Formats: sequence, structure tokens, C-alpha cells
Amino acid sequence: MPAIELTDVHKRYYRSHALRGVNLSVDRGKIVGLLGPNGSGKSTLLRICAGLASPTSGKVQVHGQDISIATKAITAYIPDIDSFYSWMTVRQAIAFESSMFDDFVLADAMDLVRELKLDPDNKISSLSKGQRGRLKLVLAMSRRAELVLMDEPLSGIDPPSRTVILETIADRYRAGEQTIIMSTHEVLESEKLFEDVIFLSEGRIVLTGEADRLRAERGKSLNEIFAEVC
Amino acid sequence: MGISFDESIPIYTQIMKSVLWDVATGALLPGDKLLSVRDFAKQAKTNPNTVQRAYAELERMGVVETQRGQGTFVSASPEIAREVRSEMTAAAVESFVEEMRRLLYSDSDIISLVSQQLVKTGTNSSNGAAQNGPSTTNNHDGGVQ
Repeated sequence: MPAIELTDVHKRYYRSHALRGVNLSVDRGKIVGLLGPNGSGKSTLLRICAGLASPTSGKVQVHGQDISIATKAITAYIPDIDSFYSWMTVRQAIAFESSMFDDFVLADAMDLVRELKLDPDNKISSLSKGQRGRLKLVLAMSRRAELVLMDEPLSGIDPPSRTVILETIADRYRAGEQTIIMSTHEVLESEKLFEDVIFLSEGRIVLTGEADRLRAERGKSLNEIFAEVC
Repeated sequence: MGISFDESIPIYTQIMKSVLWDVATGALLPGDKLLSVRDFAKQAKTNPNTVQRAYAELERMGVVETQRGQGTFVSASPEIAREVRSEMTAAAVESFVEEMRRLLYSDSDIISLVSQQLVKTGTNSSNGAAQNGPSTTNNHDGGVQ
């Protein structure tokens, strides 16, 4: 049973047509790159899988079930925008998240906070963009979620924080049991992390496949393929 | 260990090659433990499944052995370095000769070009490697190029 299955999914906003008939099946237990330029529909697709938006038409299933409380319980979603309460400290934000999700492991979160060099007593409002990006990662990777959806976790983040974020994903990813779908338009830095990739352009999937197979077939990096197809 | 990848070539084959290279040159000896899949993935910022795939291929080739719960080790066979080295050598020479012939060089031209290049780059002092593995330390950075 695939982690995610989309059948002819459309999403229309007032005037725009964000997804134009997406058919997609994502294998379980992989780190998958969702690659596309800004405005290609990546965020919309992830939000629909997370149950935060509904498709205008089409069918969406997570682990073979329609989107429901049950599918949301196994899904961790990192938005590209900040959803923190700025008056909280890092420690309070972690406690808050922990109270929201049964699968949150507090000890893991405190380990990660140390590893990612965040001060638990710092206020969210005093954190840099890179620090907030790291905190989002702490919150998502501290859950035993079977499905992790990350929307542009590297976007606008300083280079050292990007490195730390990619390292942490590689290190904390629970191979075999966890599926991670990470959207990005910065393919160069992240492409080694992906086992499979989905290229999205103007609301349509233009190419999918196994990353190493695409490299072998085309003799090109994902970044070069991205420039061609998107 | 800093491994640098060429992203236009499958990552798992590059991981395999970096291990083969270390085995061939004696940077990894029979019985030596490889980095765990997780540590390798973290250091190289790559996918643990990709590292696992490379290790599994190396195991299929008989270059490494996985001991349940202990990790992955270079095959204990004392011949392993020689075998891997001779296979990598054969492949390198074969592809070089093939490319030179495609460029329409005669055999004698190929030999003289190689001799000229060897003179130009100076003498390599680690030529006793054929018997016992190289005496020099491995200065390869783990990447393919």
C-alpha cells in the first residue's frame, strides 16, 4: 500500500488553477523530493496530503485511507511559513507540540535541540530564520510519524543551518518505516537525500522516478534535469 | 571523511567505488569495519537507503560482509585488496584504451603518449604496491574524482 496516492487531483483557487490533474503514488519508506519552481503547486499538494486543504476534485489517500483524523495522526507537516507563537520559548513550543501529538518523544526533542544548538530558554521572537527552521525540524523529527511532509525546509535559511538540516534528516530518518516528502526548488544542495523524485511544473507532474536511475539514464544531476523539465 | 559526489552519476555507485578504492589501496584492510549506514548517510548528507543499497551490492560482490547487529566489515580474505585492485585496474586500463582507440590512436602512439605523460607528472614512488598493497597513505578523498 503506497504512503500517498492521488488520483486526478485538481485544486482551484479563485482565479488560479494550482493543481491540474495530478496522479501520483508515493512508496512507503523512502525520502522523496518534490521538486518544482515557485508557484508550481508543491505547497498545495503537501497541504492537501496533510489534510489542511481539500482538493476541488479528485481522490487523495494516505496509507490507503481517505484523509481523516487517523491519517493526520500519522502525518507530521512542516509548513514553509512560521506557525509558532512568538511569545513562547523554544522549550514551551516543544511542550506545546508534545501535548498535541501522542507520538511526540520529548527526550528526542531535547537531544535534537542540543544537537542543533538551540537554546531552550530563547524566545521564538528572538530566533533567526535559520534557528526557526531548525526548530521546525526538531518538532517534526521528534514525532514517530510515519509520514513527514516538509515544505521548503531550506528556503531562506542560512547555509550553515541548511547543512545541519540536511544532516539531521539523513541521521534521524527512520529508514524503512518512515516516508519523508520534502519540497524544494533548491535541488543542488538536497538532491543526494532523495531516493525518488517528483518534478512538478504549473500544477502538473512532468517527471517522476528513482533518483539514481534518472542520473544513470540521462547522465545528468537532478538539478540539471530540473532545469530541463520544469 | 568528506565524500564529494558527482551528482550526475548514480550516488550508490559512487559510494561503492569509494569503498572499493579504499579496499584496493589498503586504506581499509580485511576485517576493518565500515562506517555504519546511518553515520555514512549523516556525514555525506545522503539517503540511508542509498548507502544500504551500496553496502548490499558490495556484499553481493563479496567485498564486504555484514554481521548481524555488529555492522559491515571488509571481507576477511587476505586476497581481497589484490582482487579488488586488479579488477579496478583492468576496468581503468580497458576504458582508457577504448577511448584512445576511438580517438584513432595507434598502439604505439598510445604507449608513447602514456610515457610522455608519466615523465611530465614525475615518477610515482609507490610502485611497490603490486605485491603488498601501497606503502603510501591513501590520499583519496573518498569521492570518485
